[in-house]
Amino acid sequence: MSFVPPFDSDSLGDAAAPTWRSLLRRHLLRGRGAAPSAAHSATWPVLGALLRDPAAIVGLVLLLALLGVALAADWIRPGDPLDIVSAPLLRPFTDPAYPLGTDQLGRDIAAGLVHGARVSLLVGMTAAGVGVSLGTLIGATAGYFGGRVDAVLNWLIEIFQTTPSFLLVVVIVSITQSSLEVIAVVIGLTTWETVARLIRAQFRALLSSDFVLAARSIGFGHRWIIVREILPNALPPVVVTASVMVASAILMESSLAFLGVGDPNKVSWGSMIGGGRDMLRSAWYLTVIPGLALVATVFSLNLIGDALIEAMNPRLRGRVVP
Amino acid sequence: MSIRLPSLSWFTWLGALRRPLVRALPTALGVVILNFALLQLVPGDAVDALVAEAGSATAETTALLRERYGLDQSSWHQLGDYLQHLLHLSLGYSPRYDMPVLDLILARLPNTLLLMGAALVISLTLGVALGTVMATWARRWPDRLLSSLAFLMYSTPGFWIGLMAIVLFAVQLGWLPSGGDGTVGAELQGWERFTDTLRHAVLPACTLASFFVAVYARLTRAAILEVQTQDYVRTARAKGLHPARVRLRHILRNALLPVTTVAGTHLGGLLGGAAVTETVFSWSGIGRLTLEAVQAREYRVLLGVLLLSSLLVIVANVLIDLLHARLDPRIRVA
Repeated sequence: MSFVPPFDSDSLGDAAAPTWRSLLRRHLLRGRGAAPSAAHSATWPVLGALLRDPAAIVGLVLLLALLGVALAADWIRPGDPLDIVSAPLLRPFTDPAYPLGTDQLGRDIAAGLVHGARVSLLVGMTAAGVGVSLGTLIGATAGYFGGRVDAVLNWLIEIFQTTPSFLLVVVIVSITQSSLEVIAVVIGLTTWETVARLIRAQFRALLSSDFVLAARSIGFGHRWIIVREILPNALPPVVVTASVMVASAILMESSLAFLGVGDPNKVSWGSMIGGGRDMLRSAWYLTVIPGLALVATVFSLNLIGDALIEAMNPRLRGRVVP
Repeated sequence: MSIRLPSLSWFTWLGALRRPLVRALPTALGVVILNFALLQLVPGDAVDALVAEAGSATAETTALLRERYGLDQSSWHQLGDYLQHLLHLSLGYSPRYDMPVLDLILARLPNTLLLMGAALVISLTLGVALGTVMATWARRWPDRLLSSLAFLMYSTPGFWIGLMAIVLFAVQLGWLPSGGDGTVGAELQGWERFTDTLRHAVLPACTLASFFVAVYARLTRAAILEVQTQDYVRTARAKGLHPARVRLRHILRNALLPVTTVAGTHLGGLLGGAAVTETVFSWSGIGRLTLEAVQAREYRVLLGVLLLSSLLVIVANVLIDLLHARLDPRIRVA
């Protein structure tokens, strides 16, 4: 007997390959309650709302530009950015070969900037990826199974919520290894609790909803219900949190590098600022330039995160953006 | 008609205290175990670092040192030792500083607490004030200007703001000292010492507060805009109360609830931020101690700092729960 559950016809369309991407795409782009006025936004309401928000466009353009610079870093400024290439302390806009000048060791600031973009974005995305996956796993398990499992996992969540995560990262990174990969993973490992709390709350709220009850009564297994029924509905707020997590991971990495706990073999905006700190009185541009790059990156991510909150809220979506 | 029972409030205060306290104990224990397990994975120990610093040592000396500090025992034994010491309010002994870890941390704690307390007061008052202004003129130019400013501040790393503040206020204008927690060698006493410390604390406290000012301003704005539409606000206006009174007693008081909750969850972040700010301004507090301990591989100091930081967050959250009970009478009944 072929039984088509009427409550979830949507997910059967993708049943052949239930990938994460398809789940995420479905809920990013095809939410319910779209504004009927805009034709293109009826199918992709969130994207449509994003593209009508000037702040989001600024954020997206900035981020895409940074991504482009990061990807093309080897082409824009070939070679190791830590190499000494010229006389030290060349001021910006004096030598066309080194438009942003050189630091106290004679390293090209422009090269550090573009290669630093790569480091920052890579750390940010890896850390957020680790944090979101771990947080989703723990939050979903705790929220779905409840009882003793929930008690233990909630205990874990509280431990990580209480421990100051930056201090924890400093401690872990300095006792393990200060390579970029380790730093990225450790940042993710110490910041997952936000996502876990969010997912757990969503799961607890959705657990008693009709479609979950229906799926249960048909006899779907736990895994199916968690992954195919509840998770897609619990993910939208996580997308917003993820963009904020990328931003805060970038800030954390730069703070680590600034304190000298970062990867000594990679150029990072934080280490550039830390290096320029000693020359603050005479060569302030060593600190200002990488700092501005850092602000621009975090700013663009926060703009997108903020716009996503508005775009994903169906009640706000129909409204003319103020 | 309502009957007030004064003795009841006493019970509920205790009740408000009990729940977080019961929750705090396993959390604190978990923090200790987690950090201890983590630090057991570390290659090399404090004696290694001590020997490396001294230049050389015989095998007998290192063995003696290990025995003296209990580092030759098994991990379980060391954890048991550590927990037992904790019950006696002892965090162990630091070979490097040659003093008990608790004394070491307590010596630095007031400086960090001063910095955090000042930053918290600045960020809460300024944030709530800015948020109120933003909400009052919502979607008009004062709101847009302040919102953009808050957003920029929200996206700027604290250490960079600190460095820029040093360039502006210490180097260019020369108004405030660029670092340290007191004038070196001044030997000030009483009132002069107090103002000297205060002058040194202005820049670090404002730097640390900057991010949280933005957070609380955004939060207050959103909370006020939400509370404004509630029925009881309309009722208060309809019965002819003065607009300022409605704003203060009906709107702001309710809008403060989410702000205080978030302030509690941000305390860990405030501590982490303090570590960076202390380094920028050479402020000798717990954050600087952490970095020194990292370099010296003083795990007992690190454990102690992490534990005390977590305890600080827990205690502060208990206080915030009490504040909540004060702000929201419904919590007292529940």
